[in-house]
Amino acid sequence: MTNPECIIEIESLSTRFGNLVVHQDINLCVLRGELLTLIGGSGSGKTTLLRQMLGLEQPSQGSVKIFGSSRKDPGFNRQRKKIRSRSGVLFQQGALFSALSVFDNIALPLRELHTLSEEMIRDLVMIKLDMVAIGPEHANKMPAALSGGMIKRIALARALALDPELLFLDEPTAGLDPELSESFVELILALRSEMDLTIVMVTHDLDTLVALSDRIAVLADQQIIVTGTLDEVCNFQHPFTTSFFKSMRHKTDQKNYPEQIWKTVPMPL
Amino acid sequence: MFKRLENLPTLQPGDKQRDLLWPITTLGGLALLLWQHTLGLIILIGQLLIDVIYLIRHPIYIPWREISANLYRTGAQALGITALVGFLIGIVISYLSSKQLQLFGADIFIINILGISIIRELGPMLAAILVAGRSGSSMTAQLGVMRVTQELDALTVMGISHSQRLILPKVLGLGIAMPLLVIWTSAIALLGGMVAAELQLGLNYQYFLTALPDSVPIANLWLGLGKGVVCGMVIALIACHFGLRIKPNTESLGEGTTSSVVTAITVVIIIDAIFAIIFSDVGLT
Repeated sequence: MTNPECIIEIESLSTRFGNLVVHQDINLCVLRGELLTLIGGSGSGKTTLLRQMLGLEQPSQGSVKIFGSSRKDPGFNRQRKKIRSRSGVLFQQGALFSALSVFDNIALPLRELHTLSEEMIRDLVMIKLDMVAIGPEHANKMPAALSGGMIKRIALARALALDPELLFLDEPTAGLDPELSESFVELILALRSEMDLTIVMVTHDLDTLVALSDRIAVLADQQIIVTGTLDEVCNFQHPFTTSFFKSMRHKTDQKNYPEQIWKTVPMPL
Repeated sequence: MFKRLENLPTLQPGDKQRDLLWPITTLGGLALLLWQHTLGLIILIGQLLIDVIYLIRHPIYIPWREISANLYRTGAQALGITALVGFLIGIVISYLSSKQLQLFGADIFIINILGISIIRELGPMLAAILVAGRSGSSMTAQLGVMRVTQELDALTVMGISHSQRLILPKVLGLGIAMPLLVIWTSAIALLGGMVAAELQLGLNYQYFLTALPDSVPIANLWLGLGKGVVCGMVIALIACHFGLRIKPNTESLGEGTTSSVVTAITVVIIIDAIFAIIFSDVGLT
């Protein structure tokens, strides 16, 4: 049975690479309109799970349903194009097409529809560039001439080109300096309130995690050990979560008791 | 520090098991690899055929821009190098053969030798080997880098088929560009041969040009063109096959490009041999 609220439904999914079991019996449901963050240690299979949601890899067992249709259903191939145009992806390195200019990169998914006129495409591309705060003077540059932060913004603009309902973010703030990553987080928050997005995010960055997530799913020991809000996950007793959130607790503790810090700091002479 | 080292248990790196059957496993591995490549190529060809049928039914999706870009990159940009190599080989062959022919006083047969060997064999082979090294490697590397930078994944996610948008234009582009390059290379090689024949034997240009069509049956030209089409498509197919197999790391990229070029050149020569056997009684009398 498909829950109408579930945009992505993962049922008893298992993944094996040779003898290495990566996932065992994972169940996960991404609700409409939420921002779900997937965290886990290195090698715990976050990226693999994301790729399976995207349909780039096949799980060894179990199924992934997107918008209620599974890869195993008959007629999936017909629906695939529709599903593709309802979801956008931001890859870790941006994955802009290096042979195309910024403009053409964003225009590519629009041109693929073969229904829009060139003028309409130009307007739409400029709107998307404006949304991610990239000036029109950069439109004709090649991706090689851009900084890392700009590449991420443009990749986001490309992911949003078809106004998707579902957005996947793979390490959106990795490799950005703190200031840039903060502005990127603000950008995602702003876009989210504008566009009614459902977002699935994989991240290591605690600040991004705290600022964006509605729900957090923790991947450890080949399973999703807990899903819930930040507080629920923080208080969950498991070696991984306790160590992962340790540094954050420090921060919140410090915020809560500023006078204590003041006391411990040596008096200036 | 030393205390800590002292307390460390002696760690053994995992023992590498020595397998006594290694010659058999290596051989078996190689055979399996060959089988995988053959299977992969057959799947790729099948996929391309499906794409062609799809594109015939939906002509709006035909990737004209990509085909013309490939035509330019593999064809037009290769004109210089093929001309240079063709010209030099033409001169060398003409010079060496005319020396031998002079011994017998059979100077006039230089036209037959040059015409048949260049139009039938050397022109297509030179062009194919140069293109395999030049365009084959660049196609493999391009697809490999797209894998490394996740551009291939981005295409899949956008619902754009690799075979339709990347591979088919390459195969068609090279299939069109190769016969044209073959004509070009053969023509320049003949020019080189003609110049050398004039210098060595004093053979008049005009006589060379008028005697050429009489001494070389036209079937040889068609044979050369046919080889061009087949070799061009096969080179592109092999390059794309190896390009798609590249794993997202640098090691695999270099390895893939090397084996792509080596395989492409080997297969081109095998194709030439097959052509020689099948058409052994065509165009030689």
